[in-house]
Amino acid sequence: MTEFLQQLINGLALGSILALIALGYTMVYGILRFINFAHGDIFMLGAFAGFYLAPKVAMFLPMPSIGGGLAVMGISMAICAVVGILIEKLAYRPLRRSPKLTVLITAIGVSLLIEYTCQNDHVFGAAPKSFPTIFPEYHITQLSGLSLNSNQIIVFAVTLILLLALRFIVLKTKIGMAMRALSFNPEAAALMGINTDIVISFTFGLGSALAAAAGILLMGVLPGLKAFVAAVLGGIGNLPGAALGGVIIGVTETLVAGYISSTYRDAIAFGILIIILLVKPSGLLGKKEIEKV
Amino acid sequence: MKIWRGQILSAAVLAVSLFLSGCNKPPGESFATSDVIKVGEFASMTGSEATFGQSSHQGTQLAIDDLNAADGVLGKKLELHMEDDQSQAGQPATVVRKLISSDGVVAILGEVASSRSLEAAPICQENKIPMISPASTNPKVTEAGDYIFRVCFIDPFQGTVMANFSRKTLKLQNVAVLTDAKSDYSLGLAKFFKEGFVADGGKIAAEQNYSSGDKDFSAELTAIKAANPDGIFVPGYYTEVGLIALQAKQLGITVPLFGGDGWESSALVPIGGAALEGDYFSTHYSPQDTSPAVQNFVKEFKAKYNSTPDAMAALGYDSAMILAAAMKTAGTTDGAKVRDALAATKNFAGVTGKITIDANRNASKAAVILTINNGQFQYVQTVQP
Repeated sequence: MTEFLQQLINGLALGSILALIALGYTMVYGILRFINFAHGDIFMLGAFAGFYLAPKVAMFLPMPSIGGGLAVMGISMAICAVVGILIEKLAYRPLRRSPKLTVLITAIGVSLLIEYTCQNDHVFGAAPKSFPTIFPEYHITQLSGLSLNSNQIIVFAVTLILLLALRFIVLKTKIGMAMRALSFNPEAAALMGINTDIVISFTFGLGSALAAAAGILLMGVLPGLKAFVAAVLGGIGNLPGAALGGVIIGVTETLVAGYISSTYRDAIAFGILIIILLVKPSGLLGKKEIEKV
Repeated sequence: MKIWRGQILSAAVLAVSLFLSGCNKPPGESFATSDVIKVGEFASMTGSEATFGQSSHQGTQLAIDDLNAADGVLGKKLELHMEDDQSQAGQPATVVRKLISSDGVVAILGEVASSRSLEAAPICQENKIPMISPASTNPKVTEAGDYIFRVCFIDPFQGTVMANFSRKTLKLQNVAVLTDAKSDYSLGLAKFFKEGFVADGGKIAAEQNYSSGDKDFSAELTAIKAANPDGIFVPGYYTEVGLIALQAKQLGITVPLFGGDGWESSALVPIGGAALEGDYFSTHYSPQDTSPAVQNFVKEFKAKYNSTPDAMAALGYDSAMILAAAMKTAGTTDGAKVRDALAATKNFAGVTGKITIDANRNASKAAVILTINNGQFQYVQTVQP
């Protein structure tokens, strides 16, 4: 039982991070109806931003500490938000009126461009780097050996706060209302006087900032593909769906690795995706859409 | 207009086919007129095992420079053609084909990782080009054919060494094994370790797998922790090993980790940090060895690269040196004759110890065990074959 609970905690921590990345995919899809494949690379850039920022921030704030860690995370989120907005402006905006396929292929191109540029020795290089400790590390061992480390608590807390903040922005603010309007009907929203370009830029910035936070919490590059799968699983275009999808994939993967074999962790996680999509093609929380031909 | 274009096309086809046939000329022929001996090397200069490739390449380059400083081989200078396989499956086949057919090399040196050596071996065998792997320890590598050699010990020996060490010196009873299911090296080492450890009266508490490239090992480690072992054998490569050590400590696992030569990298401690203190691994050589051969090599290497050579660098050096010795014995660079000379190598005094090539083209030689102490690799003991 202890082992199962421990695996559940591990899975939830991984799932929360996947959820943060999945939100970026789903937000862009909700508004522009295309998959931003460069989103996984923003996640990677967020991790690298944190890696290079940590020693700089350490000059002003004690490190590792909650304040220092949050400062690193905040600046990385800002940097990635700017990068996300720039990518949208340079690569996707000129294609706003092109077929969806053109934009999709451009997204793959942007993703490869970022990856290979960063692999260059003069940029980040291809050798693995170890991420500095920016949050203080405590070890909480509960009765019967259940261990919860401070990193996991921070992951849960940050994810929860960011999800609530996102919910507030989307549901309670003017820009959030504009986002929802755009997602509902872009032409009508433009006719109502909504500046679609600004709203789209904002969406990219917001999604990229969330990915950067995930990058800081989970060192290393996790294939953005898995977060994309989480977004589809929850119903792409649906925000709570993306969060739910992330948690489901994270927990399933961890339990499969812990109890069956880690060789099959991806196979079983993706198998579940296929089954859910067979039963409910629009995803767990997705709405059925009638496509006019 | 149409006819004209057709002519250009056929001329182009002719030119290309001429060019290709020129490239396909057996290396032996073109060599007679050239005044250098071309030696090919493929290494993981970038990617997840980048430090392996960089180290072995530095060692190989140093050997080539040393040989050239001493008037080369057979009166000719050696020229090293190095290709990066980016630590990726599929790349070795491409770059080795390029080295053989387009560069016209007479021998191939490489690789450290067994999976990638296994990819290149059939190509060298098919072209009758001798290949010497500096550090691939999986037995299957040299089974690819009689042109494939290595200058390191093999996994049955390394696995048995670690089984004996953990059983006799560390006095472990009950160990868990965490294997990289995607790597031939890791699977082989785990298999021979388990056989040796069980034969010696030990028990395997748990077996878990991961896949190279994974970043999160908490699920596997939680399952291992539940089995309550007194040691964990992790026969992986340094990137994952470092992360595994970190995450094991985070989960409250305090028993020692130990593994094979895949740990030997200057990048291991920066990744794993203090979590690796007191862990052990077996490898090919220690720069702390006081023998003159080792100390000379360390001094030369430091002068050239300003760093201490690790085992991969020493093996890279030995692979090039043993090839040069075989060419001298054979008196030619002809593939078949160099092969015969390599197969007959006995008691070659390498940096990594006395190397004798056995009937299966493997090197029989000693292993050393190192521990991690204050972030440094420290010599523990030498184990003879």
